[in-house]
Amino acid sequence: MSGGLAINGVACVADASGALFLESERLLVVADLHFEKGSAYAARRIFLPPYDTAATLARLARLMLRYAPRTVVALGDSFHDVRAGERMHTLDLSGIESLQRGRDWIWIAGNHDPDAPAQVGGERRAELRAAGLTFRHEPQAGDVTGEVAGHLHPAARVASQSGSTRRRCFVTDGARCVLPAFGAFAGGLNVRDAAFAPLFGARDVIVHALGRDRVYAVHGSRCLAD
Amino acid sequence: MARARKTVAEEAVLPPLFRQWFAKRGWAPRAHQLALLAQAQAGRSALLIAPTGAGKTLAGFLPSLVELADMRGRSNRPHDRGLHTLYISPLKALAVDVARNLEIPVSEIGLRISVETRTGDTPASKRQRQRRLPPDILLTTPEQLALLLASADSRTLFATVRRVVFDELHAIVTSKRGDLLALDFGRLRNLAPAMSAVGLSATVRDPDELRRWLVPQAPAQPQMAALVTAPPGAAADLDMLDTRERLPWAGHGAYHAIHEIYDRIKNARMTLVFVNTRAQAEAIFAQLWRINDDNLPIALHHGSLDAGQRRRVEEAMAAGALKAVVCTSTLDLGIDWGDVDLVINVGAPKGASRLTQRIGRANHRLDEPSRAILVPANRFEVLECRAAIDAARVGAQDTPPARAGSLDVLCQHILGMACAWPFDPETLFSEIISTEPYAALSRKDFDDALEFVATGGYALKTYDRFARIKKTREGLWRIAHPKVAQSYRMNVGTIIESDMLKVRLVRGAGPVRKSSPPSRGSSLLNYPAKLAGGHSQPYTGKLTRGGRVLGEIEEYFLETLSPGDTFLFGGEILSLVGIAENEAHVARAHSDAPKVPSYAGGKFPLSTYLAERVRKIIASPSQWKSLPEQVVEWLTLQREVSRLPPADKLLVETFPRGNRSFLVAYPFEGRLAHQTLGMLLTRRMERLGLKPQGFVANEYALAVWSLADTGARAANGLISIDELFSEDMLGDDLEDWLQESALMKRTFRNCAIISGLIERRFPGKEKSGRQVTISTDLVYDVLRRHEPDHILLRAARQDAYTGLLDLARLADMLGRVRGKILHRHLDRISPLAVPVMLEIGREPVYGEAQDQILAEAAEDLVAEATGRAR
Repeated sequence: MSGGLAINGVACVADASGALFLESERLLVVADLHFEKGSAYAARRIFLPPYDTAATLARLARLMLRYAPRTVVALGDSFHDVRAGERMHTLDLSGIESLQRGRDWIWIAGNHDPDAPAQVGGERRAELRAAGLTFRHEPQAGDVTGEVAGHLHPAARVASQSGSTRRRCFVTDGARCVLPAFGAFAGGLNVRDAAFAPLFGARDVIVHALGRDRVYAVHGSRCLAD
Repeated sequence: MARARKTVAEEAVLPPLFRQWFAKRGWAPRAHQLALLAQAQAGRSALLIAPTGAGKTLAGFLPSLVELADMRGRSNRPHDRGLHTLYISPLKALAVDVARNLEIPVSEIGLRISVETRTGDTPASKRQRQRRLPPDILLTTPEQLALLLASADSRTLFATVRRVVFDELHAIVTSKRGDLLALDFGRLRNLAPAMSAVGLSATVRDPDELRRWLVPQAPAQPQMAALVTAPPGAAADLDMLDTRERLPWAGHGAYHAIHEIYDRIKNARMTLVFVNTRAQAEAIFAQLWRINDDNLPIALHHGSLDAGQRRRVEEAMAAGALKAVVCTSTLDLGIDWGDVDLVINVGAPKGASRLTQRIGRANHRLDEPSRAILVPANRFEVLECRAAIDAARVGAQDTPPARAGSLDVLCQHILGMACAWPFDPETLFSEIISTEPYAALSRKDFDDALEFVATGGYALKTYDRFARIKKTREGLWRIAHPKVAQSYRMNVGTIIESDMLKVRLVRGAGPVRKSSPPSRGSSLLNYPAKLAGGHSQPYTGKLTRGGRVLGEIEEYFLETLSPGDTFLFGGEILSLVGIAENEAHVARAHSDAPKVPSYAGGKFPLSTYLAERVRKIIASPSQWKSLPEQVVEWLTLQREVSRLPPADKLLVETFPRGNRSFLVAYPFEGRLAHQTLGMLLTRRMERLGLKPQGFVANEYALAVWSLADTGARAANGLISIDELFSEDMLGDDLEDWLQESALMKRTFRNCAIISGLIERRFPGKEKSGRQVTISTDLVYDVLRRHEPDHILLRAARQDAYTGLLDLARLADMLGRVRGKILHRHLDRISPLAVPVMLEIGREPVYGEAQDQILAEAAEDLVAEATGRAR
């Protein structure tokens, strides 16, 4: 189902859906939901299916059942753009509301959504410190410890003799962690991309690649460029 | 049928000017040329079936030339009379070639007729002028026609058209390109009511399909164009290479015969060496050069090579400067070049009609037989070559059947029509169902396509305000913004290249190996080297974008390489330096053998017709006398240790090998159908607890291996082989597997691009950083869960069923062998099983092994952590 990993000494669970769970705090973290990405494209007359928000919410709902978190942290870029709230279907808005019921919900600000839309409830924060970790959208360059971030949409390509596969993944050096994008239409950036270099330098990284129903820990050196 | 017997009556239609020209050239007009002229003069559309060299092109244009020569009542200034004849060719190069050939009669007869081409290469200024002042005869491609029809001035431009000529019609109608052309032809008919059509085709299995394509269809009343048939050419001089070498068991390289091929090339005037894949072309080309002690000018021609290089090869061919060209299907079609007197077909021909067409490339004079040699690359291919030769001798045809028009192409066309001018849906619908591929289109599918074009066609109507096309108060659909037309023009067409990366040479090599194909040195050597993609002045700069582009390779192939890996391309061994944006940077390598042997590309399925003939040959030992001795020994041994697959039954063998149990079936239905069968069979075996581990397929057989002893269980009655192969696997199992399959996702991606859901990727508009173009896999997953009946999913399923899965063929086979499965439980591998077993490790292993890759990589990490290095 899921794999354990420690970030700066804090024990976490990496779920195959791409969410991170901190058992001790019953804190569930998801990154880059990109709600209403479909309708954002539609505004440019590219008619992606209008179901991405519903699909992402359905996966979130399953996580609520599995982990019953006390707190949910959405690590920014939860909404594809600042007008996403206006375009969101009322059913999806009430879907968010029902997920939020009975728990704390924190929207961390992202570059796509500096402010979460007025249509949704929940707390707005630039970043959050909890359980000895810092939760923010964009990972900071340099030797940072205890940071949990999103923004980069990491994906890993792994090959063996029988072929290769590309999956969304967590990427960590033990001191910090970047989460995979959770949104239904969110693409992935290869962990070999230069964008990851300022974060991990020459340190060894482990990627936790999302499989069909479990997470696979793979050494960073096994990951290939696209 | 309009075979020419009434010669006198028909000759009357040819004006004296033309008769004199024929006479001056020492020719007589051919019967089919006159017959076609008579049909045209009666205003009838017609299909001309003629072998290569029968003067097909002249026949197609003769009616236009005769009519244009008669200037009475028309302006005699070219460009002032309006467009008279439109010629559509599947190949840009063919249009250019035909234009050149047409100049001969035009100038020799002294006609004042303007002939022009219009392709993607035509300068914008000329294209603009052509819209205002069109030539008498315009030669163009289906995509250019679509673009012309999607503009407001198409009404005036095409109003004067009297004739449309479709060249190589048989080659185009079996694709989505043919669907688009049919739709555009439907529109053209309405714009040019006085127009009649002529289709030019090689011999086909069912001429009536093409005859229907050429004329408007009425509901439930198939209409047909007239048929004109030229007499067949002299029978081909056709043979199989009787090799002195040992025949390989598997593989497609035919390296065993390379010296024999070389000798034939040496003794002929000019040879075309046909192969089935680009990888084979590269390999054969490299092998030939390795032994080319006489420095024969041998060149290479395939679709991945840079267009400029291909053109140089073509020109050198036409000039007679080459001794041989190793080529793929890129040279299958009709361009007339040079004095080819020998065709060598390496590997299995896959279809009787394909073979006939290729043979036709040799010797364009009808009265002399074409000379062709088939070189089978392995033992099964010997049987296939034998079957193809027999088929060609009796003139059997097995071209693929006509297809129902695809829905994604329909969506593209509807948008194009809105770009021309606002359309009435009723009128457009009748226009569309007048075309052959869409004659059976339901009104619901049309309406769904219309909705898709307007707002995406989703049940959840949330995109109305972003519509691409809108309904006016008069009930007409018009584009909502000029940008929509702009985007249509950027995305027109149905050819989806797999994502291709440019291959750029960024570092030159040092010393060149002796007898490597491309090299420097004497000017004589330089010539073919250039054609082959060589480079006479090594580039030795730093790693920049400055190097020369050698061609393009599919992205998925390059994905399997790491920097430093070597591979064959353009006749050279290249080493991957790195991938930067949309380019693969390569350097010349010094190794003797490429590390990564080949890349696929262009595999044809074995035709059902040939498959059946092969089955019959194997089943009847009386026919074996025409086979090489080695093959007879092989089949005899099979008969002794197992049995021969009977023509009407399915032989299934099981045997242990290593610690696995193998099941090998011999359906002879082609690789695609076997792969589908393999997918379904392994799912079913999984459920039966047989623990299947993987499978491989080739054109003739399928091998599945499992941990449990399948054969023993069947022998003990614990499982039934009959049930294993029962047809019901085509129900839920198929759906379940298909939905998740990579194949379906790839198919969906093509449909998404053709229909206009997402835009094509263009150089310069590529992904920047992580703002990746939207992944159609993600779209597919969401759409399939939320709207499984969406028009694009229907389009993708239709494609997958008909094309990639070869489902109809698999279903036929399973139905045919019901209750007729012969199971042989052996204690070891049978002779017949050897070829497919050799594919293991050579071919990708199928099945749901994706997570397995991750699991293996994760094991490495565990091993490392626990100090057990792997």
